[in-house]
Amino acid sequence: MKSKIVVALAGNPNSGKTTIFNNLTGTRQHVGNYPGVTVERKVGYCRHGDVEMQVVDLPGTYSLTAYSEDEVVARNFIIDEKPDVVVDIIDTSNLERNLYLAVQLMELGVPLVLAFNMSDTAKARGYEFDIKKLSRFIGAPIVQTVGHKGEGMEELLDAIVLAAAESKSKINGDQEMSSTGALSSKASIRGPRLQMPLINYGREIEKEISGIQSLVQKEMVLLQKYDPRWLAIKLLENDKDIWPRVNSPAIRPLVEESASRIEKVLGEHPETAIAGARYGFISGACQEAVRSTVEARHTMSDRIDAVVTNRVLGLPIFLGLMYLVFHLTFTLGDPPMGWIEEFFGWLGGVVDSWWPEGSESILDSLIVDGIIGGVGGVIVFLPNILLLFLAIAILEDSGYMARAAFIMDRLMHNIGLHGKSFIPMMIGFGCSVPAIMATRTLENRRDRLTTMLVLPLMSCGARLPIYALIIPAFFPQAWHGRMLWIIYMTGIGLAILSAKLLRSTILKGESVPFVMELPPYRMPTVKGVLIHMWERGWLYLKKAGTIILGVSIILWAMTAFPRLPDDEKARFENERHMVQTIIQGEEEKAGRLAAVDNEEAEEALQYSIAGRIGRTMEPILRPMGFDWKIGTALIGAFAAKEVFVAQMGIVYSVGEADEESETLREKLRDNYTPLAAFCIMLFCLVSAPCMATIAITKRESNSWKWALFQLGGLTALAYVVTVLVFQAGSLLGVGIG
Amino acid sequence: MPLTMVQSGRKVRLIAVEAGRGLQARLAAMGLVPGAEIQVIRNSGHGPFVIAVKGSRVMLGRGMAHKIIVA
Repeated sequence: MKSKIVVALAGNPNSGKTTIFNNLTGTRQHVGNYPGVTVERKVGYCRHGDVEMQVVDLPGTYSLTAYSEDEVVARNFIIDEKPDVVVDIIDTSNLERNLYLAVQLMELGVPLVLAFNMSDTAKARGYEFDIKKLSRFIGAPIVQTVGHKGEGMEELLDAIVLAAAESKSKINGDQEMSSTGALSSKASIRGPRLQMPLINYGREIEKEISGIQSLVQKEMVLLQKYDPRWLAIKLLENDKDIWPRVNSPAIRPLVEESASRIEKVLGEHPETAIAGARYGFISGACQEAVRSTVEARHTMSDRIDAVVTNRVLGLPIFLGLMYLVFHLTFTLGDPPMGWIEEFFGWLGGVVDSWWPEGSESILDSLIVDGIIGGVGGVIVFLPNILLLFLAIAILEDSGYMARAAFIMDRLMHNIGLHGKSFIPMMIGFGCSVPAIMATRTLENRRDRLTTMLVLPLMSCGARLPIYALIIPAFFPQAWHGRMLWIIYMTGIGLAILSAKLLRSTILKGESVPFVMELPPYRMPTVKGVLIHMWERGWLYLKKAGTIILGVSIILWAMTAFPRLPDDEKARFENERHMVQTIIQGEEEKAGRLAAVDNEEAEEALQYSIAGRIGRTMEPILRPMGFDWKIGTALIGAFAAKEVFVAQMGIVYSVGEADEESETLREKLRDNYTPLAAFCIMLFCLVSAPCMATIAITKRESNSWKWALFQLGGLTALAYVVTVLVFQAGSLLGVGIG
Repeated sequence: MPLTMVQSGRKVRLIAVEAGRGLQARLAAMGLVPGAEIQVIRNSGHGPFVIAVKGSRVMLGRGMAHKIIVA
């Protein structure tokens, strides 16, 4: 018989859950977000015999309470979507803590299979398990696995299929029973209590549990969905996410009374007492079923930590590693970036050649400048992104990232951010897009949003061409390095200020106190790291690519339409014709023709929507020392920062310009003061992040609100700062000569 | 006494966590429940405060460690 089942993988962080997920599903994975939250939803598929499984990788959690978004997501999935089997991946070298989640799953009454993972490490550390006994305690089958070697996967799959079949037959049995009266079938799924072991929470708590339970049992709506005992415990634990589900005014005061009674008698909050009792149950079970022969845990990891998190050496080692990551990403990524650029250039040329020379097909321009140019501009960053995520995956899987977060925590805490924010900030100097994606390692939503919002202030690689064009044009040789340094430092300084501001206003809230598990160091697996890297790369391509394609077409249209009126075109055609006939020397002729072309391009841009917007904006731009030409170039810079340089080339009729163009530098020198030039750089640094950044912020924050807030906020900040600098500079007479 | 007073290498027992309910529960889930045995792995005066609890290594901020009462 063919059948389809849904399997959920639960487990502590660092329990090797992802490795098992990868083993089971291979590359048949799909990554998305749970609706409304930033928690990643990973789904994969796998076949075992004639059973087709949909495997859902739940976020790694320590418990099933509601203290973090991850926990709520994991629990809601189990309660609401009712997977056929829940597999709890347990790090056996850390059994007691890992069983805490298993016990909660057991209380939830779901069909459960335990995977005792890393059983090789446990054995090496001298642990011996009485699997049969433990299995009886928890009331679930146990399979021993070694995730990174792929051992025990067949057995695990067998156990999953068996557990699914058992729970199905149980439901069927119950349905037959329920047809004769008594309970609804759904309540019975949640309450196959008879053969299940129960944790005894002690006389005081048990009394309150049964009191609440009897109340809950009167509510038919609740009874259909939840096991009454489980619900009673959750209410006593003051579970934030369960209260709205209960929605019964009669229950609340009674639960509160119960809670205060417990507090009076036991001297601790019910949730603490309940957690203690669960750990007590686990200790009892372990005492009977686990034998430890040697006491040799973590020694190797501790020794590495003594060096890596050393008070003196920790920071330099971390910075060195970051430098290495950064350096490798951009040097190894450079050649493939060149190939991609060349490929798109070639592709554009091929498409261009389909149209006769000099024809002005809109379609040609749309495909070449709009689509190929736009998409190429996105894909060109792919090598960087893949390399960066490869490096991050290695650092994460090896266990170093947890240490890095700790080393940086004190410093970042002063800024109002979290230790883990440092890594995305660092990546931000390369490109904001992967940097924003890297904020996923931050668990707290407020920390994550703050980091995401200020990230574009880290001057990214695409802004470098703008500085490279302007600095040599206006500042003496000796100041080149210093100017660049000033710009980067301004960005960092503004990021710190903005983060502080955000954290004390709209993203106010106690920052999560630093508590974090230090997983033992582990050798990352090639498969795991590659899957990790590919996942992120693919996301970047797919999601950002679609939005970016759309926006780049719009931007293209803004600079291409409306086209010059026919009589204007005829005028340039005429001029070209004149040059052709009058000028003799081939070289001079070519030069003059190019000049006419450039002039036409300038006129066309001026005439286009972008040019008109630039002109309309001029009064607003004036206080910053900008004219309409800069305004128009800034619109282009929204597509990608480096486009600014090319756009300036067009508005100044020097044709195709790059950051090394001396003619363009001369033009700039003739038209702007050094103060205005500095203001251009300043504005480009701070203002509207590029559309790829906006798109990725929308994706990662799961809302347009934050993406638009980032766009508006940074642009406003840029405006204020630039106006201040320009006006102050003008008043003081700095850099206007 | 607060956990911060305990020197590296010493083993102590957790009495209470003097923190908000949310944080208390978060710590409890990580094994920091009253009665749990804690070994201080590192307490160097500044920076990382590392403890071993229920067989895993947990890092705590200094302020956090100060709220954990042990004996």
